[in-house]
Amino acid sequence: MNYRLELRKISKSFGEVQSLRDIDFQVGQNEVVGLLGDNGAGKSTLIKIVTGYHQPDRGEILFNGKRVEHLTVTKARQLGVETVYQERALADQQTLWRNIFMGRELSHRFGFLDLKTMKSETNRLMLESMGFTSAAVNPESIIKTFSGGEKQGVAIVRALHFRADLIILDEPTMGLSLQETRKLLEFVRDIKGAGKSAIFIDHNVFHVHSVADRVVVLDRGTVAGEFQTKDITLDDLMEKMYRVAQTGSLE
Amino acid sequence: MTSSVDQQTKRRTEQEQDFKHSLARFARKNALQLGIISVFLLLWLLFIVGAPRVFLAPEIYAAFMSSIPFFGIMALPLTLVIIAREIDLSFGSIMAVGMTAFVLVFELLADGQEGSALVGGALVALAAALVVGFLVGLINGIIVVKIGIPSLITTIGTQFFWRGVVLVITSGQGFSLINTRGTAFREVLVGRIGGYLPIQMVWMVLIGIAMWILLNRHRFGAHVYLVGDNENSARLMGVNVDRTRMLVFGLIGVAAAFAGVLASMEVNYFWPATLGEGHLMRTLAAVFLGGTSVFGGTGTIVGTFLACFIVGTIEAGTVSIGLTGYFTQLIFGLIIVVSVAMHTLLRKRLG
Ligand SMILES: Nc1ncnc2c1ncn2[C@@H]1O[C@H](COP(=O)(O)OP(=O)(O)OP(=O)(O)O)[C@@H](O)[C@H]1O
Ligand SMILES: [Mg+2]
Repeated sequence: MNYRLELRKISKSFGEVQSLRDIDFQVGQNEVVGLLGDNGAGKSTLIKIVTGYHQPDRGEILFNGKRVEHLTVTKARQLGVETVYQERALADQQTLWRNIFMGRELSHRFGFLDLKTMKSETNRLMLESMGFTSAAVNPESIIKTFSGGEKQGVAIVRALHFRADLIILDEPTMGLSLQETRKLLEFVRDIKGAGKSAIFIDHNVFHVHSVADRVVVLDRGTVAGEFQTKDITLDDLMEKMYRVAQTGSLE
Repeated sequence: MTSSVDQQTKRRTEQEQDFKHSLARFARKNALQLGIISVFLLLWLLFIVGAPRVFLAPEIYAAFMSSIPFFGIMALPLTLVIIAREIDLSFGSIMAVGMTAFVLVFELLADGQEGSALVGGALVALAAALVVGFLVGLINGIIVVKIGIPSLITTIGTQFFWRGVVLVITSGQGFSLINTRGTAFREVLVGRIGGYLPIQMVWMVLIGIAMWILLNRHRFGAHVYLVGDNENSARLMGVNVDRTRMLVFGLIGVAAAFAGVLASMEVNYFWPATLGEGHLMRTLAAVFLGGTSVFGGTGTIVGTFLACFIVGTIEAGTVSIGLTGYFTQLIFGLIIVVSVAMHTLLRKRLG
């Protein structure tokens, strides 16, 4: 069977900085891949190539075994990729429903907005998934005044809504409470349970180890190694992460 | 029994509270518009007291409705430009560029003809003006997006450039449109309904409705807000930021060309050196007074529409209450600075 996603020899530089060098990376069908690596290792750059935001300098991107040229964000979303970006990608002065449907507004013919469905859908998501119980919050609320965790909730629920089958989460637990973090990890397990795939980035090795099928370690723009989580204990994984940070090699 | 009475009163108070809540919500949501309307009414009262002979006569209102649309038609799409966190200072020159295209085509097809014989040629000339206006606007957009020069600088440059092009092509010579008098073409653009209501006002209302729908009920408008609010977020989520930006410049271009044709038809003459002069000030004042933020991401068509009337009233009012015309520039300059300053302060306070 084909990989859900495959990157072959992907390189990307920003001016002088080479952020990624000859990366080979795969996500299987119904696989959750954890991506670990130090600050600046290139994790976010890698996933932004998958989401079509960055164009790689070299290399190939394949979805379900098919090579895709000139990937754009719109194309990637059509191919079933939804993302919670590290920077959240929200528009602060806009309403909740506009944020949920950002870039994928539901519309009738000729591009006229389907406001009714977007608002009722936002309402449903708020009640069912975001756990917003405050009466002050409704689909017309401007998200500027939301707390950090609430904003994150918006970004996460948004990635859920479109029923993507490859969900990318870049440090989704950052700033979340214990309770919300547990819910999030549960949600990643649900992705797996529903037969979908995910890329999960987190600096907390414990989180990654508990939800990922496989862990890929990035170091200074290259793949330093990978493990099946069932073959490695949490302690060993942490040990290896320290070693990579110090020596640049897993062994 | 008592409990059902209790329930009824409870329900009633709940309903009353609901009503109060929704009233408060309405007031909060529309605070800006309500504020603008109050300013407008206050000014109006002031002018009625200051110059009752002028402001209680119907003529002044006919005059408003004939002159406000010339800049209002540009202020409406300019609102979209500024919501998208861009600016255009070149639309005054685009009015003249559009009119130059109009005149060139008109000379070719309809010059020397009279009455209904020239309508066909005039329509083609109008179409040419609109297309040229759109393209010139689009060129602004392309320079801003593809080369990456801030729109403030770009449109200062293109403002001079296009005025220069107009002067070179026309050799600075004006062009009379007097033979359009009495034609259906003229009646539809700048005629008077019932001998009183200037039809350009109807055009402004129609364009206002179209812009409102585009901004609030269409994907394009949704993207305009997103691009102005947070360009990077918009890009990450797949909004075509570049196309949205270029199109808002195209939009103000078409509108400027149309306004140029209307303004020239009104006076039966095309003045290449001065058509569009003074509109920069009025148009910007209307958009900022209407509550559109210079920082992008917020603004409304209704606000701009109402503010156009305030701007028109102030201009007529300052003269009628005995101040000289020299005061208008001073006042408009003040309006632009004060409304932008208020926005900036509000933004700081709200974080
Ligand atoms: N748009 C950009 N322009 C210039 N350099 C960039 C850009 N994006 C990333 N980089 C550089 O690429 C390298 C990798 O950055 P990246 O954001 O992918 O790291 P990361 O692994 O996600 O780190 P973190 O854990 O801190 O989020 C860094 O050196 C960064 O400075
Ligand atoms: Mg990162």
